[in-house]
Amino acid sequence: MRFIDEYRDAVTIKAISMQLKAVTKKPWVIMEICGGQTHTIIKYNIEEFLPPQITIVHGPGCPVCVTPLEMIDKAINIASRADVIFTSFGDMLRVPGSKDDLLTVKANGGDVRMVYSPLDSVNLAEKNPEKKIVFFGVGFETTAPANAMAIKEAARRGLKNFSILCSQVLVPPAIEALLSSENSRVQGFLAAGHVCTVMGFHEYIPLVEKFNVPIVVTGFEPADILQGILMTVSQLEQNKCEVENQYSRVVKKEGNAAAQNLLKDVFETIDRKWRGIGTIPKSGYRIREKYSLYDAEKVFDVGEISANESPLCIAGEILQGYKKPFECSAFGKECTPEHPVGAPMVSSEGACSAYYRFKKNELTV
Amino acid sequence: MCLAIPGKIISIDNSNPELKMAKVDFAGVMKNVCIEWLPDVQTGEYVLVHVGFALNKIDVEDAEKTLADLRAMGDLPEVE
Ligand code: SF4
Repeated sequence: MRFIDEYRDAVTIKAISMQLKAVTKKPWVIMEICGGQTHTIIKYNIEEFLPPQITIVHGPGCPVCVTPLEMIDKAINIASRADVIFTSFGDMLRVPGSKDDLLTVKANGGDVRMVYSPLDSVNLAEKNPEKKIVFFGVGFETTAPANAMAIKEAARRGLKNFSILCSQVLVPPAIEALLSSENSRVQGFLAAGHVCTVMGFHEYIPLVEKFNVPIVVTGFEPADILQGILMTVSQLEQNKCEVENQYSRVVKKEGNAAAQNLLKDVFETIDRKWRGIGTIPKSGYRIREKYSLYDAEKVFDVGEISANESPLCIAGEILQGYKKPFECSAFGKECTPEHPVGAPMVSSEGACSAYYRFKKNELTV
Repeated sequence: MCLAIPGKIISIDNSNPELKMAKVDFAGVMKNVCIEWLPDVQTGEYVLVHVGFALNKIDVEDAEKTLADLRAMGDLPEVE
C-alpha cells in the first residue's frame, strides 16, 4: 500500500540504523507515547536496529489501557439494560472491569455491537428508534473529533436516542505528569503522529522549554520510528531540545483547524483518571452541558461506581516506563491475552500484549 | 486505537452539506469516509483516515523528499 510499504523497506531501515549508530555516543532513554508505536517497535523488533546505548521505554498512549476500571463498570452497567444497544470499537469489549467484560454482557444476552466508526452508531440510532444507542467514546485527540462529529450529526438528524459514554484523554498533560515525577528517567519523547495530525504540535513547545527534553513528532511505520529516534538522539548528543516533526507528510504545526473547532464546541477540558496512573489535571474531555442530551453519564443514572484493581497488576509502572512487562509476576502466567488481568494485556497496542505476542519465546528461554 | 491508514480519494459526495463524504480507495478496498474537516480536498489526493474520518491530506512531495533523504543516509561512509 502506498505510504506504508516504502516505510517498511529493509534498505531504508538499514540506512537509518547505520546513521543512528554513527551519531550515538552516550546512553539515552527515549519514550514513545503512543500504543500504535509500541506495537510497531515490538512487532518489527526495532530494538535490533538500535545501538546498545539507547533504551526505549513504552508510554501510556493506549487509550484502552488507561480507561479507568470505573468507566468499564459504567459501560457494563449501561450495556446490560434491555432497552440499550451498546456500541464500541472492538478492543474495548474484552477489557476486564471489576467483575466482567462487555463480551460477557453480550454472551448473557446484552445487545453489544462492535462498530468501525461512531457514525455507524448514529445510523443505528436512526434505524432503531425504540432503542437507546450508546457509543463508548474512548480515545485520544485522534478519535475525539470523530466522537464530536457523531454528536453533531445526531443533533442535526434530531435523534434523541443516541449518546456517548465519554472517556476521552489528552496526550500533552500526560507527558507533563510523567516528566514532573521524580522517578522519571525519560530524556526524549517520540510524540504521537496521529494525535498531532489533529492538534498540531504547538502544545509541546512549552513542555520542551520547561523540562529540557526533545520531543519529535513521529509516524507509525518502522522507518518513521527509527528516523524519529535518530532525530531525538541527534538533538540529545548536541545538547539541544526542540520540537521537531518527523511526520511532516501529514502533520502540520497548526494541525487540523476544522477538527479542533469541533472539539472546542462539543467538549470541555477536565481532570481525568488514568487507569494505573491516577488522576492527571486537565487531561481529558467531557461533553459540554449544551450537549448533555448526548452524554450517556447524564442519560443513564450510573451513579458513583468505584472499583479496585487486581493487586497483581503493575500496569501503572509499565505505562510510565519504570518497568517492562516481563518484570510483572503475573505476565504470561495468571495474565495472558486470553485471560487478561490488566488492560495492557488486552489491546494489541498495550505493552504487555505486544510483548506476549512477539517476545514471549525469547523471554521464557 | 489511534491507527490511521492512507487512502486515495476516488469521488466526493456533497449531498449532506454538514457531512461531506468521499469514496476512498485503500489498496483496492473502497470505503465511505467523512472529509468534512478537509474543505479543499480533491479527487486523486491521498488522505489519512481514522475511524471513518479523513484527518489530513498526505503531502506527496514531502513524503518523496523524506524517503530520498533517508535512503541517501545509506550511501554515506560509516562514521567512526
Ligand atoms: S502482565 Fe497483566 S497483570 Fe502484569 S502488568 Fe501487564 S496487564 Fe497487568
